Amino acid sequence: MIINGVSIDDTFAEAFGMRATRVLITAQNHTWAMHAATAMTGFATSVIACGVEAGIERLLSPEETPDGRPGVAVLLFAMGSAVLMKQLETRMGQCVLTCPTTAAFSGIDSGYPEITRINLGKNLRFFGDGFQISKQFGGKRYWRVPVMDGEFMTEETTGMVRAVGGGNFLILAESQPQALAACEAAISAMKQLPNVIMPFPGGVVRSGSKVGAKYKSMIASTNDAFCPTLKGITRTELSPEIESVMEIVIDGLTAEDINRAMRVGIQAVCELGRAAGIHGISAGNYGGKLGPYHFKLREIMSAGGAA
Amino acid sequence: MSALTFTLKISPVQRVDCSPLTPEQLNGKTAAEIAALPLWSGKRQLRVDELFDISRMGDDGGDDDSEDSNDDHIVFLNSSAHLDRIGQGMRSGRITVHGDAGDYLGLELRGGTLELHGNAGHFAACAMSAGMLHIHGNSGDYLGAGLVGERKGMRGGTVLVTGNVGDRAGDQMRRGLMLIEGDAGDYCASRMLAGTLGVLGKVGRYTGYGMRRGTLLLTQTPLLHATLADCGTHTLPFLNLMFKSLRGLPSRYAQLDQNRVRRYAGDIANQGTGEILVLLPP
Repeated sequence: MIINGVSIDDTFAEAFGMRATRVLITAQNHTWAMHAATAMTGFATSVIACGVEAGIERLLSPEETPDGRPGVAVLLFAMGSAVLMKQLETRMGQCVLTCPTTAAFSGIDSGYPEITRINLGKNLRFFGDGFQISKQFGGKRYWRVPVMDGEFMTEETTGMVRAVGGGNFLILAESQPQALAACEAAISAMKQLPNVIMPFPGGVVRSGSKVGAKYKSMIASTNDAFCPTLKGITRTELSPEIESVMEIVIDGLTAEDINRAMRVGIQAVCELGRAAGIHGISAGNYGGKLGPYHFKLREIMSAGGAA
Repeated sequence: MSALTFTLKISPVQRVDCSPLTPEQLNGKTAAEIAALPLWSGKRQLRVDELFDISRMGDDGGDDDSEDSNDDHIVFLNSSAHLDRIGQGMRSGRITVHGDAGDYLGLELRGGTLELHGNAGHFAACAMSAGMLHIHGNSGDYLGAGLVGERKGMRGGTVLVTGNVGDRAGDQMRRGLMLIEGDAGDYCASRMLAGTLGVLGKVGRYTGYGMRRGTLLLTQTPLLHATLADCGTHTLPFLNLMFKSLRGLPSRYAQLDQNRVRRYAGDIANQGTGEILVLLPP
């Protein structure tokens, strides 16, 4: 399959089941909601060392938020519910509770077959040292915690759902600037979609990994088959003209969300085409034995009508 | 759909306990069975049909001839202040009362909607835990309080009163929402444990007396006794959320949209984490 001169490899992205939650952060204005959201989603690129993968889903207008203030929707993904709950609590406590004027609300209340309620502000209330106040409106419990700028308000719980993490595709380009420009185009298009985040810096990862290493202590190491400087000395996947490969990793609330994001992202890359130095699209997998979700590139792009 | 209608045809000499006349208890009963139900009146028991004309009207106002009652809407017409305990323990359905109601209206209400077009006696919404009580008129003392000897009052649900209420409204209230559009008497929110109580009109003396937690929302600064402490003026974002949640209510509270308040905390003679919020002009 070739789209606008870009070859789509006959391969698939291998993804895993994760647990996810969404938090709505509101503040006096978008600037301060973003400060909290940026802090909360910081150091959350990969579950390998960060505990969670997190990102900003989108800005929310005052009409879309529970308290009628500007807000930001944040998604957090983890490999298990215990990690997600722990990370949510610490990140809420250090990044949202601390940020002036913010409030936090549940972002998942309905629309999924199985929703588990997990603590959002339930334990943060103890920061109030006995001066905290509980309020129930519309069947939901909120906590008002007195803080130095006034009051921090948070919903007691948010919804956790089963989700999918690790959807990905690789962009193979003639040069590093061209690979980066293609990634930027893809991320820009994918950020318009709901229910997905691209957790790596700017949405892009340059250090794609393989399982294992020559060193016993390493569970993952550089994906040498896609490293352009090793073309001559390893079993490379790259043709001679490829000088740079970058990867976009996607976590989504459902497999369909990842499907859509991959299609939109690859489409944006292909629109730049061979003329912009893009030679191919590939994907990362482990032979199909580890992850239950397989996103086949050619099927995804055929369904989009792009072929 | 049809409404089972009880029209009071005599003026009772003694008070009448109407607690058996709720949708759940009458569901499935025939007209004859309902007519023969005993109601306590003083030391005597009266048949329902000694007190009421019973009819079953369609929602369009026409007669409904179906034999079995399976409707969930009961209407009292020509009601009087002698009819006590209307809607006691109701869990679902609807009761509409035209005329006054006696004491203990909506006692231990657990669900459904109870609407009164008239004035209620004392202890309305007493020990209520869920549902909606809407009084289009005035209510007596101890609105939403606990039963005598109980340590907790109303534990949930919504009470709307368009008129005035007597003394001790919200006494020992534990949870829920009580919104009064008119004035409240003395000791409003006394010994309140939690929940939200609003009064748009004036309040009497000793407001928030012994209040432990909870929120009393006012539009005018009350006469403050010594153990209520002024905490200054504030803009509280939670009020946006609260007023948003009230938008759908058939009440003047649905139009409130302010978050600037003067906050008084108390009663510091009794834990002191309750609050009286007096709405200020934006």
